[in-house]
Amino acid sequence: MRKKTRVLLGVGALLLVAVACAPNATQSSLDPQGPYARKSYDLFVPVFWVAATIFFLVEGALLLIAIKYRHRKGRDRIPPQIHGNTRLEIAWTILPALILAGVSVPTVTTIFDLARKPAGEVMNVNVLGHQWWWEFDYPDQKIITANELHIPTGIPIYVTLCAVGNGYDHIPAPSVCEPGPPDGQPPAPVGNAVIHSFWVPELAGTQDVVPGRANTLLLQADHPGTYTGQCKEFCGLSHAYMKFTVVAQTPDDFAAWVRGQQADAAMPLSGSLAATGLNEFVNGACIQCHAIQGVEDPNGNPLVQNGGPNLTHFASRACFAGCILSTDEDNLRKWLDDPPAVKAGSWMPDYGLTPQQIDAIAAYLLTLK
Amino acid sequence: MASVSVPAGGGRGRGLLARPTATTGFWSWFTTVDHKKIGILYGITSFAFFIVGGSEALLIRLQLARPDQNILKPSVYNEIFTMHGITMVFLVVMPLSAAFINFLVPLMIGARDVAFPRLNAFSYWVFLVGGIFIYSSWFLGGAPDGGWFGYAPNSVVDPSRGMTFYAIGLIITGIASTVSAVNLAVTILNMRAPGMTLFRMPVFVWMSLVVQLLLAFSLPIITVGLVELLFDRRFGTHFFDPAAGGDPVLWQHLFWLFGHPEVYILVLPAMGIVSEILPVFSRKPLFGYQFVVFSGIAIGFIGFGVWAHHMFAVGLGPVANTAFGISTMIIGVPTGVKIFNWLGTMWKGDIRFTTPMLFAIGFVAMFVIGGLSGVTHAVVPSDYQQTDTYYIVAHFHYVLFGGAIFGLFGGMYYWWPKVFGRMLSEKVGKLHFWMMLIGFNMTFGPMHILGLQGMPRRIQSYPASLGLDFWNLVSTIGSFTIALSVLIFIVNAVSSFRKPKGMEADPWDARTLEWSTTSPPPEYNFAEVPVVHSLDELWHRKYAETEGGRVVPVAAGGSGTEAHPPQGDGHGIHLPGPSYFPVLASIGFPVLGYGIIFNWPLAVAGVVILLTGLFGWALEPSAE
Amino acid sequence: MASDIAQPAGTHGAQIQHPVTSTGLPNMKLAMWLFLASDCLLFGALISTYVLYRGSSIVGPYPSDVFDIGYTSVSSFVLLASSLTMVLALSAIQRGDQARMRIWLLATAMLGMTFVGGQVYEFTTFFHHDHLSLTTNLFGTTFYVLTGFHGTHVAIGILMLLSVFGLSLGGRITQDKAETVELIGLYWHFVDIVWIIIFTVVYLIPTGK
Repeated sequence: MRKKTRVLLGVGALLLVAVACAPNATQSSLDPQGPYARKSYDLFVPVFWVAATIFFLVEGALLLIAIKYRHRKGRDRIPPQIHGNTRLEIAWTILPALILAGVSVPTVTTIFDLARKPAGEVMNVNVLGHQWWWEFDYPDQKIITANELHIPTGIPIYVTLCAVGNGYDHIPAPSVCEPGPPDGQPPAPVGNAVIHSFWVPELAGTQDVVPGRANTLLLQADHPGTYTGQCKEFCGLSHAYMKFTVVAQTPDDFAAWVRGQQADAAMPLSGSLAATGLNEFVNGACIQCHAIQGVEDPNGNPLVQNGGPNLTHFASRACFAGCILSTDEDNLRKWLDDPPAVKAGSWMPDYGLTPQQIDAIAAYLLTLK
Repeated sequence: MASVSVPAGGGRGRGLLARPTATTGFWSWFTTVDHKKIGILYGITSFAFFIVGGSEALLIRLQLARPDQNILKPSVYNEIFTMHGITMVFLVVMPLSAAFINFLVPLMIGARDVAFPRLNAFSYWVFLVGGIFIYSSWFLGGAPDGGWFGYAPNSVVDPSRGMTFYAIGLIITGIASTVSAVNLAVTILNMRAPGMTLFRMPVFVWMSLVVQLLLAFSLPIITVGLVELLFDRRFGTHFFDPAAGGDPVLWQHLFWLFGHPEVYILVLPAMGIVSEILPVFSRKPLFGYQFVVFSGIAIGFIGFGVWAHHMFAVGLGPVANTAFGISTMIIGVPTGVKIFNWLGTMWKGDIRFTTPMLFAIGFVAMFVIGGLSGVTHAVVPSDYQQTDTYYIVAHFHYVLFGGAIFGLFGGMYYWWPKVFGRMLSEKVGKLHFWMMLIGFNMTFGPMHILGLQGMPRRIQSYPASLGLDFWNLVSTIGSFTIALSVLIFIVNAVSSFRKPKGMEADPWDARTLEWSTTSPPPEYNFAEVPVVHSLDELWHRKYAETEGGRVVPVAAGGSGTEAHPPQGDGHGIHLPGPSYFPVLASIGFPVLGYGIIFNWPLAVAGVVILLTGLFGWALEPSAE
Repeated sequence: MASDIAQPAGTHGAQIQHPVTSTGLPNMKLAMWLFLASDCLLFGALISTYVLYRGSSIVGPYPSDVFDIGYTSVSSFVLLASSLTMVLALSAIQRGDQARMRIWLLATAMLGMTFVGGQVYEFTTFFHHDHLSLTTNLFGTTFYVLTGFHGTHVAIGILMLLSVFGLSLGGRITQDKAETVELIGLYWHFVDIVWIIIFTVVYLIPTGK
């Protein structure tokens, strides 16, 4: 057990370092890092230049006309009353129409291109939008995580988007969102199912996450790195604080990550502060919402995820609470002490934990790499 | 006051209250049915809301000036940006346009008033009480905080009372606009002076007609949406409830089926204003009058076919996205060609850069930018990146502020002498213009960059790590520059009233009929109803065109020219008398609204007040 | 109704029935047509909502469980008949026959009230017998709001009919005021046509459930 813990810690540390040093932790749509984002970008750039040209021509004409035909003192004349020129007007109606027709062709082909699930290798990920955090489920690898979406580089990721809230949506199959929890699960008591929008601009344009619909999105990263994203559709109090990161890894690194995530949660050393924390966790309110794979409730049953993020490998993620806080002791203490004070409207309430309880739980959570 | 025939003291005693008679004095403003006074009322009220909505904008910019700020906590921030949107769209640009349409349309078509003067007053009062009703929410449980667009399910599940005020308040203001739309459409279609065929109407009147029809056909749709939202919130129905099989996207369809025609409602009046100003200060007719009119009509029709371009990322599917992408590109054409017509108007003209002209040219320049960014949104896969970011915020502010607001300010400077009998100062006006132009571009130009660099809309703050700091700060500085320019305008406006009242009828050497009567016009508008022989009737009374298009002044003595409006004192002209009932009936609406929220007996009282007002109105003795 | 239109200069006091208008249509008539066109969109949006959600209710009762087509057909016929009596009222006043107009106006109002009464009975049955309320399911939500809006329109029409009936008793609806009755007639026929559409779309077109 000890050796395994150390190995896991080591791998986790390496990953953290790799993530922290990743280039391009920005959110610019002008810096596509994958083929799908590039499709949007490659359409935008030429259209932008066409628009810029028209801008210079029209504004230039406006300026020239204003200067050339300005009234000059001493010349009080009424100019010839030109009423129009039908041919010219027809021409300048047809010309923009033709330009737009030209623009529409690649537009339409790209629309259909982006909507088609690619043949060949594809990885399925289910993204569930809660108020106000992102859940990521990997149906094929059977992993449930939050806040940080790990993907392998070089293959398309086929994302199914479901909005979660009172009535808990689950995703029985790709492109299917079903209301209600999976069979045998109680309904989630937290949050409202509202519209969100999943946006990581360097990897793809957005699609909305709509309650009752199963929208899909394709994204892909060319290179390893960390790409930031956030919710784009106004979803209530903490709309600005519903962020996530995408960590793209080489296929080998990704496979290693998957194995790490599939493992049960690390067990704390008995007698340690973390062990006290585990005890607090299991006997307190935490298990009402959070699941940790490998931990049992006081009745000996496995924990059930019921509205809160899965915490099995909490400490392997660089951020938490909708990715607005980096995973460290100070932030964790602040959060556990009073979540709504940190994040407006947080559905995780202030449980009135004592500082000792907070220390213990924080210590435990930080062992969950 | 001319000796207009209005019943002296008391009417015939039927009806609940004796019909008022005074047409001057403070209280006469509450009972007036004169379209000119109603226009002024719309103008003052909408300008007051402009100050409020602008202050809300300044608060937003203060909060976003630096990253990670908490000057406005999220709950308050959400109320502020929601109210900013609601205020600017429904309580500023729409009624400010209505101010111009109300004052000018009867004058431009040679009529004495609108078709239904009391109904006109009623529209104003319902607008006013609707706006007050929405704002009263701040004190009664919280302002609306679900965005001006109120997307379900968030707007349904939002626990604060504000979104209920939103639903009811916008139904009330919608009634005001629908009623006004019918009134003004009938006026334009039915009350034109002899000889004024549709194609001899000024472009402003044409744009107003298209706007009234857009209002009449789009408002019912959002009314249904708002009713469904209200019922979901207040009575637990399931219109937008996915757990019961409902679809939140239905709200979006209903909202944008109204919302898209709405943006043309917001900009067409200003386009009409620009189409009046540019010819006057270029001393040439509008280039391609017919094309400009037809493009306005085309925009009206096509405007109903593009609504889902606000929903490209909702998941309607590639076929729907394609259809709406293409229809959006199509509508860009009639919108764009107007620019060329305006350039053609100035070309080979004799351009005088008065303040109204500066604003009109500013409109053209800014609208080009807004229109071009709009075209980039029509490229659907590109819109997947742009939508819901500050890039969109930039676009619509360029067309709504750089467009509509600039046009409306231009109209204020242009028609101020006609409405108030005094000119605004040209010097101060130019300072206002340049400061506003610079401030505006500083505020909204950078937003294009911010959006493309990853800043979503409607966020209370952004982190320092995204590199958005610099342009946000520039934008905030710009917004305060705009505020300063508005203050300069207020100084200009207030100072103008220190000048003596009474101006020449036609200080600008203009082209349309409103300049043929005194400044300000008498209550009855025209001593004699004009007979119209051509487009730009007034111009053709002053100048004759020779074969080469050369212009020669007509011999002095023609009626309706500059310093000599026809001598009549309005003797024997019957005008509809003032009435209490429009303002009385209008009070029923907010009472009904509060009743729906708080207390059913109050709702009944509201209906009773409304019905009493309407019956009294119907049975009121006429002014004969 | 007091004529509130500003008169062209030079027309002193005379009872002008229809001031000259640019289209030839009297102002009030044009206004009523425009208003009704606008109202079409109101009902269009409500009917669209109903149709979009048809078959989407997750729980019952469903339309086929509660509708009694025979009953509703009778009440639809009653409303149709009221359009006939409305036409008769108008033709009476156009001939100057105030007494006949009053009879037919009253008949129209009573048929309208019968229709509304029938709907009230129908809805209370749905509510008590079938347990279908506004909030039971999507069917209840969309059905009651759509028919409720229509019923409100009918009620407003009845109010107008009875008002004109009352004014006529006071001698205020004379032959030259026939346009008032015509306008109410236009509104009433519109409400009737909307009902025909609702009846067809909601009741008659069969659905799976």
